Amino acid sequence: MTDSTNSDSRPGRHLDFGKVAKDLIVTALIATAIFGSTIAFRTVSAAGGLRLEVRYDLAFYVIAVVVIGRLLLWLFIWSKPPGTSAVEMPVSIKSGLAKVTAKVGKGFGPTMLMFALVFPFLPFTDRYLLDLSILILTYVMLGWGLNIVVGLAGLLDLGYVAFYAIGAYSYALLAQYFGFSFWMCLPLAGILAAFWGIILGFPVLRLRGDYLAIVTLAFGEIIRIVLLNWYQFTGGPDGLSGIPRPSFFGLPFSRGEGGFSDFFGFDYSSMHRIIFMYFLILALALLTNFVTNRLRRLPIGRAWEALREDEIACRSLGLNTTSVKLTAFAIGGMFAGFAGSFFATRQGFISPESFTFIESALILAIVVLGGMGSQVGVVIASIAMIGGFEVFREAEQFRMLIFGLAMVVIMIWRPRGLISTRIPSIFLKEKKAVSADMVAQGEGH
Amino acid sequence: MEYFLQQLINGITLGSIYGLIAIGYTMVYGIIGMINFAHGDIFMVSSFIALIVITALGLTISTGLGLTILALILVLVTAMVIASVYGWTTERLAYRPLRGSFRLAPLITAIGISIVLQNYIQITQGARVKPLQPIIADGYTIMTRVDANGEFAVQISNMQILIIVVTIILMTIFSLIIAKTSLGRAQRACEQDRKMASLLGINVDRTISMTFVMGAALAAVAGLMFLLYYGVIDFFIGFVAGVKAFTAAVLGGIGSLPGAMLGGLVIGLIETFWSAYFSIEYKDVAAFSMLAIVLIFLPQGLLGKPEVEKV
Amino acid sequence: MTHVVDDPVLTVEHLNMRFGGLLAVDDLSFDVGRRDITALIGPNGAGKTTVFNCITGFYKPTEGRITARHEGGKTFLLERMDDFKIPKIAKVARTFQNIRLFGGMTVLENLMVGQHNTLMVASNYTFGGIFGLSGYKKAEKEAVELAKYWMDQAGLTQRADDAAGDLPYGEQRKLEIARAMCTKPKLLCLDEPAAGLNPRESEELNKLLLFIRKERDTGVLLIEHDMNVVMGISDHIIVLDYGKKIADGTPEEIRNDPSVIAAYLGVADEEVEEVEHEIEEGASS
Repeated sequence: MTDSTNSDSRPGRHLDFGKVAKDLIVTALIATAIFGSTIAFRTVSAAGGLRLEVRYDLAFYVIAVVVIGRLLLWLFIWSKPPGTSAVEMPVSIKSGLAKVTAKVGKGFGPTMLMFALVFPFLPFTDRYLLDLSILILTYVMLGWGLNIVVGLAGLLDLGYVAFYAIGAYSYALLAQYFGFSFWMCLPLAGILAAFWGIILGFPVLRLRGDYLAIVTLAFGEIIRIVLLNWYQFTGGPDGLSGIPRPSFFGLPFSRGEGGFSDFFGFDYSSMHRIIFMYFLILALALLTNFVTNRLRRLPIGRAWEALREDEIACRSLGLNTTSVKLTAFAIGGMFAGFAGSFFATRQGFISPESFTFIESALILAIVVLGGMGSQVGVVIASIAMIGGFEVFREAEQFRMLIFGLAMVVIMIWRPRGLISTRIPSIFLKEKKAVSADMVAQGEGH
Repeated sequence: MEYFLQQLINGITLGSIYGLIAIGYTMVYGIIGMINFAHGDIFMVSSFIALIVITALGLTISTGLGLTILALILVLVTAMVIASVYGWTTERLAYRPLRGSFRLAPLITAIGISIVLQNYIQITQGARVKPLQPIIADGYTIMTRVDANGEFAVQISNMQILIIVVTIILMTIFSLIIAKTSLGRAQRACEQDRKMASLLGINVDRTISMTFVMGAALAAVAGLMFLLYYGVIDFFIGFVAGVKAFTAAVLGGIGSLPGAMLGGLVIGLIETFWSAYFSIEYKDVAAFSMLAIVLIFLPQGLLGKPEVEKV
Repeated sequence: MTHVVDDPVLTVEHLNMRFGGLLAVDDLSFDVGRRDITALIGPNGAGKTTVFNCITGFYKPTEGRITARHEGGKTFLLERMDDFKIPKIAKVARTFQNIRLFGGMTVLENLMVGQHNTLMVASNYTFGGIFGLSGYKKAEKEAVELAKYWMDQAGLTQRADDAAGDLPYGEQRKLEIARAMCTKPKLLCLDEPAAGLNPRESEELNKLLLFIRKERDTGVLLIEHDMNVVMGISDHIIVLDYGKKIADGTPEEIRNDPSVIAAYLGVADEEVEEVEHEIEEGASS
């Protein structure tokens, strides 16, 4: 940057046209193989078998976009020598910026909480926004729950949705067979999910990171298939409907005498129930957050993090790593169980369709994108993911495609998530954040 | 007995398909220690490509035998080439940038790629199942039993013979590649110690790319076989087949080619017998439970080496 | 020839460890004195770390008995215990050849994890702690005091709130020892504590180890290559070669032992046998 002759001599300053042309041709060929095969031709059912539908133009456009995109990359990104591509910030500004972000970060949590508390009463809040917020908060809660397992204890769980399903079906079935109320079922659903966490966890927890991941995935699928096929008990693919709605400490949200609005002398509004639901999930999510933060400062929480850092060292210090893992699994599962029974009562209807692997992947993506172990990160990631999903609501069929692409891009862009520094659980004089490079990401290095 | 024999034949056929997919998992896991979660979806994509080529060629049951064989070779080669490009590209775009990052990062991008491929095929090829009329008919009756319930014939179809023969041929070819060629040597070297291999002048990136290409090519073979054997495919077949093939790879001993094939056969047989004697709804539960049981009690697999924990 | 130890904290008897065809430890017996610093030395590949892994439960020995003895006379058969119970119940702590710290946690947090079991009981296995009962707060305060004590001894007080992974190598070594001491062990097993240390750091380490022996009633068993450390602080030395004990005695005895000299100087195998034979004859006559 200082001396033009100097920078000219750097490799890659000038585009080597032969090289670029060759690269573009290869790109075009690869794009043709990938898109030419599957976009240009499509099999459609016809009389007496299949018929081929041809869409050369569409395939051509897609290939052209790929090639031009690559050309643009060559022209504007890769033509610059490494190191000069980004504008270098002086160190003083960088550290100043870090301090500012740290301050903002400190205020972020309480600000978000204040906002969340007044949100239902803001003038622009309508039914749609409230429903969306309830959805986001459900994922925040699930993300915080999974964060215990993945972020703190460093155990990759790809079947987390199973506990969510257990919570939902526990409530629905307990209400259906025994007529239990939501408030009675909520703790039961949590306990059942935690219990299943222990049952499933016990045999598999000595497995290494990615083996554990695959086995948890298998368990998630087993639970779903059982729910799908145990027709007499779970209703199979038809699911369970008519799940009772929660009451406000015994007051139902219904029109007329004895209802919530009647008791408090309000005019009846269907919004009351939605607002109540909103505060219910907010309270549940905050409970998750509070308990997790509390646990982090207790020996069990430190044991989780120590487990993530080095399992062998843990054993050499007398930690029973099996029970440390089991508690992480059970407590993480318990919160998913709470969230599941909330989901059941909000929807009034559940079926195995709501508990597919994609759901586990989504929750995991929220945790990883947020920065493993970071509570604030989960909130940001939930808003971004679920909000992003809503933005692409129109393009229903492209939604999952974009979700998958986002997962890949974000992972490559920030393998350690948005907020990757770690706040110590105890300090002597000064609380210093630990930089991401130091923090291990769980089993298997 | 006759019923058992029939299920045995069916199980071996299914197991061959799983084995072919499992090789892709086992080779990739052996060399870079990651579960290529998207591998099952490469298998799915390749079966769609095979379907497109078959439809384009207008291959039907009435096509003559010689022509059918020629056409199928063409279909197989096209599917293998295109699947290889898919495999190569996913490695290049989604896994290579994360090499040296923490171990779970590529697993998460692999899940992302799996979602992308499923939805891409759903968008471009439609969400409905694609039926294919049988192309290879007939078969041989091995034995028949006549009793009070009527007649029961144990049959092996030409299709099943084709699948088993092709699997054996390809297994032999790939085993030879791994055992005899310099590429195979480079792969085994990278498996042992990647850093050392690169110090000795092995192009590690290229070796890993070639591993993905080989895995994808074999998945394409499995894709075509699956299409011909079952006659229906949809965009979701990769997920379940992938998990089962991964189970097969672990069962056989991860990193071992014969192990993957053996594991595939065992999983195929378990699934077939489970469906035949217990319940067809729970056949996936059987396969998934098998995965858990194998990982817990036999993590080194049937033909793998036990791992010693380094302290 | 076996060095006589009056009050052993650890007794190893006829220990054998086989990996496939390799006999890594071959009929090894020795005692570790309660208030001694005992060194386990030998050339590379002599099986020293394997012995450690057997004592601390990471390997299950093929044969043999390993007994830990507390002052009251309570004994523990280590080869039958789960690895995590050995530090927890039998009070045998260890460090690792390639340091195993919780790199993303601070120095203080590392030392708190070392007191996990005490704190777990104090927090009523989390149930009391989560509601903030005062009993736990008191226990936590005591734990911090113990951590402070060991940080002072290891010279780490200034770094209390820094990530363990940020510390220089020498301080990491000392932190690992401090963390092991936080489990209040009766026997501390150190796997090459001086490896990679400069002379000043190595001197500090010696002081720390002597302090542990003197003040804490903790026996120390260490594997070490650095002869300055070994000869400078050990009370008792055991020499291993090819999994076999070839010498056992005070530093003075070891210094003059021909078979040790042979093993270290790399004399041809036959000659070593010859030398060993001579020694055996000398011992029996």
